[in-house]
Amino acid sequence: MRSFWLAALAVALFLSGAEARSIRWAASGDPNTMDPHSQNVGTVTMVLQQIYDPLIARSRSLGLEPALATAWEQLEPMRWRFTLRPGVRFHEGEAFTADDVVFSIARAQAPSSNFGTFVDTITRVEPVDALTVDIITRIIDPILPNKIASIFMMSRAWSERNNAARPQNTRNREETHTVRNVNGTGAFRLTSREPDVRTVLTRNTDWWGWANPNNGNVTEIIFRPIASDATRVAALMSNEIDFVLDPPLQDLQRLRTAPGLRVLEGPEVRTIFIAMDVARDELLYSDVRGRNPLRDLRVRQALYHAIDIAAIQRVTMRGQSVPTGALFPEQVQGYDPAQDQRLPYDPARARALLAEAGYPQGFALTLDCPNNRYINDEQICQAVAAMWARVGVRTALKSQPLAPFFAQIQRADTSAYLLGWGVPTLDALYSFQSLLSTRDVSNNGDGGTWNYGRYSSPAMDALIERMKTQSGPARQAAISEALRLYREDVPQIPLHHQMIPWAMRSNIQIPHMANNQPYFRWAVVQ
Amino acid sequence: MFAFIISRILQALPVMLVVSFISFAMFAYVGDPVSIMLGQDFTEAQRTELVASLGLDKPFFVQFLTFLGNAVQGEFGLSYRLSRPVAELIGERAPATLELALCAAFIAMAVGVPMGVYTGLYRNSWLSRFFLTFSLIGVSLPTFLIGILLILTFAVWLGWLPSFGRGDVRPLGFWATGFTTWSGVKALILPAVTLGLFQLTLIMRLVRAEMLEVMRTDYIKFARARGLSNRAINFGHALKNTLVPVITIAGLQLGAIIAFAIVTETVFQWPGMGLLFIQSVGAADIPVMAAYLMLIALVFVVINLIVDLLYYAVDPRLRTRR
Repeated sequence: MRSFWLAALAVALFLSGAEARSIRWAASGDPNTMDPHSQNVGTVTMVLQQIYDPLIARSRSLGLEPALATAWEQLEPMRWRFTLRPGVRFHEGEAFTADDVVFSIARAQAPSSNFGTFVDTITRVEPVDALTVDIITRIIDPILPNKIASIFMMSRAWSERNNAARPQNTRNREETHTVRNVNGTGAFRLTSREPDVRTVLTRNTDWWGWANPNNGNVTEIIFRPIASDATRVAALMSNEIDFVLDPPLQDLQRLRTAPGLRVLEGPEVRTIFIAMDVARDELLYSDVRGRNPLRDLRVRQALYHAIDIAAIQRVTMRGQSVPTGALFPEQVQGYDPAQDQRLPYDPARARALLAEAGYPQGFALTLDCPNNRYINDEQICQAVAAMWARVGVRTALKSQPLAPFFAQIQRADTSAYLLGWGVPTLDALYSFQSLLSTRDVSNNGDGGTWNYGRYSSPAMDALIERMKTQSGPARQAAISEALRLYREDVPQIPLHHQMIPWAMRSNIQIPHMANNQPYFRWAVVQ
Repeated sequence: MFAFIISRILQALPVMLVVSFISFAMFAYVGDPVSIMLGQDFTEAQRTELVASLGLDKPFFVQFLTFLGNAVQGEFGLSYRLSRPVAELIGERAPATLELALCAAFIAMAVGVPMGVYTGLYRNSWLSRFFLTFSLIGVSLPTFLIGILLILTFAVWLGWLPSFGRGDVRPLGFWATGFTTWSGVKALILPAVTLGLFQLTLIMRLVRAEMLEVMRTDYIKFARARGLSNRAINFGHALKNTLVPVITIAGLQLGAIIAFAIVTETVFQWPGMGLLFIQSVGAADIPVMAAYLMLIALVFVVINLIVDLLYYAVDPRLRTRR
């Protein structure tokens, strides 16, 4: 009997020891809201994806795996059937049913939602029974599951009870309940939140996924935003923080060698490129009058040849980049290694091409650049400006914080600008459609929303239409052909894919993800 | 007296109006909140609709008058970035900034005045020279660098104090205070020293100069001739007469400490109004920026008024002349 009690005590001690697995996590930005359908930005998603589940989740390799839907199939070309996971409950106790799916998709389609592009092909969501739901699209949409993976599921009863059936709206006079409150089905529940100070999540022991032994052992996540780079690193080194999502590049070497710390490195699905005004008859910011040198393919090729990408990678990025000749990295569906080739660095060829195009003395050009959006964005622009100047294109650099920068380029008030593009759907169509379709501002057109160089090619538009509806090898052929056309036409000059280092204490194991999202359900604390 | 206050308040009104106009005019250059609110995926129709509903397509003066009309009623709307009422956001952050600013001002006074007296009295001692050299550092090093050096020393190397944040905060009515917990007090030390260091050296140098001046005056010589103790002369007569300009400067500097806590708050992730302002600038969150600038202008106006009233009370000459 005595040994039984001793064993029980040992088990109790072991369990209590196993329970205190907390991770103190820091990043530079705090989520602006807790509303899952309001703002589609990484800083919001990084917290909400711990709390809410989508129907289909991302796997460790960024593929698709079942979450709240256990199976899905394309019954007819425009009808998808999702079988829902039984027995799932929201954190406040409501059962998860087909009606919540109908509600959540409608909520993501509301005008005040930033997730419209993920659900814009859906015309109707029909509950078949309590745990089966059909999604009907207006066109054939082969990548619907990829898009549905970005939509979190909310409880209709809870949302309507709290007057939050629509995503938050800044035009309201009052704060929406979901700005600071959550009710998900996910692996962690929100226990306390002080915006910009501290967000505490605790393990939801009832989560459907904990039965899977591949999931981790974290019981508590304490998120603390720290805006200052130096302070964030100091907090990690002084053992006040266990995990830093965005350590500054200049401190990486120190963090790699510091005892008890380690740095996980990997690529991010974000491609940095320079886009150019290829539409106007005369550039807004140049000394060439009466014509637009950037409309000449040879000039664009010359600017491309002038860039020493290896130097940018080595010096500006301190090795933390993957140079590319494509529009998106290999994690994106449709990537074709055969088309990922750059025009080589060749300043002599650049000068020859400029002379051939009628600019033997070069010309002046202004490059617009953000200085707080992408990793070392301003420094990249400085390097590019210097390289262009070397072949005769006298480049003035105009770098600004992201708010005025985006406002300016969205008026197409630019001749050349640096932009970084992430691909949340992890499918090629997203990049092509936003960046290279002919800009269509007329109706509800979603083509070329970010095509501020106003590149327009009937061949490219036709290929994008094929990507929208075709599937299998035919679709891949269209994507490969579009990538080839991208190399040939040089509507943009691609530079590199960003690398994203994560820094943490050595006792933490967590898979590095190319979407820059830490999935703490997979984290193990020793 | 009453007429004096009324006339001062009437003078303050145009100041506030000008500040609100200038700050509002500046917002034309901080960028477009719409592009940040829309995110990466939007259609032109959504964009136009949002611009119209925020009233950003209206002429500048219409926007400004709407803003003024609401501001007079204390209505600053919802933050574009956080979708929460602006007044509530600023109200939540004010205690952190005020606690930090008051502590910094207290440190500056409590350390600066004695150091100034000492260096004024014993001009040539080695300690005076050390204080003066030290004050040069306080004046010349930028705040963010001092903050980072303090973090490096006391948080990373020694591990005595936290490098960021406010520690545990307990509500005291509507006021969330860090004074009642040990971790709250510890978290306050580094930022308060960082913020107060410049003021400390300023006050020290001011007191020193005034002491040197006063010690040369006739009434100090007479006091000595009467055989008063050194202590009575130094503190009862000399220091008392140096304090009039010191109080003026300290009062005005309190406004500066509140307004310029921005840098210190950013370095230490101190959740006050300054940090809120910086984050709002990044997102072109016009309602928050406008309310914050108006509030800071109000703080300066009020402090100036109080200092004027103190003059009126302290200096008998101002009263007799009327």
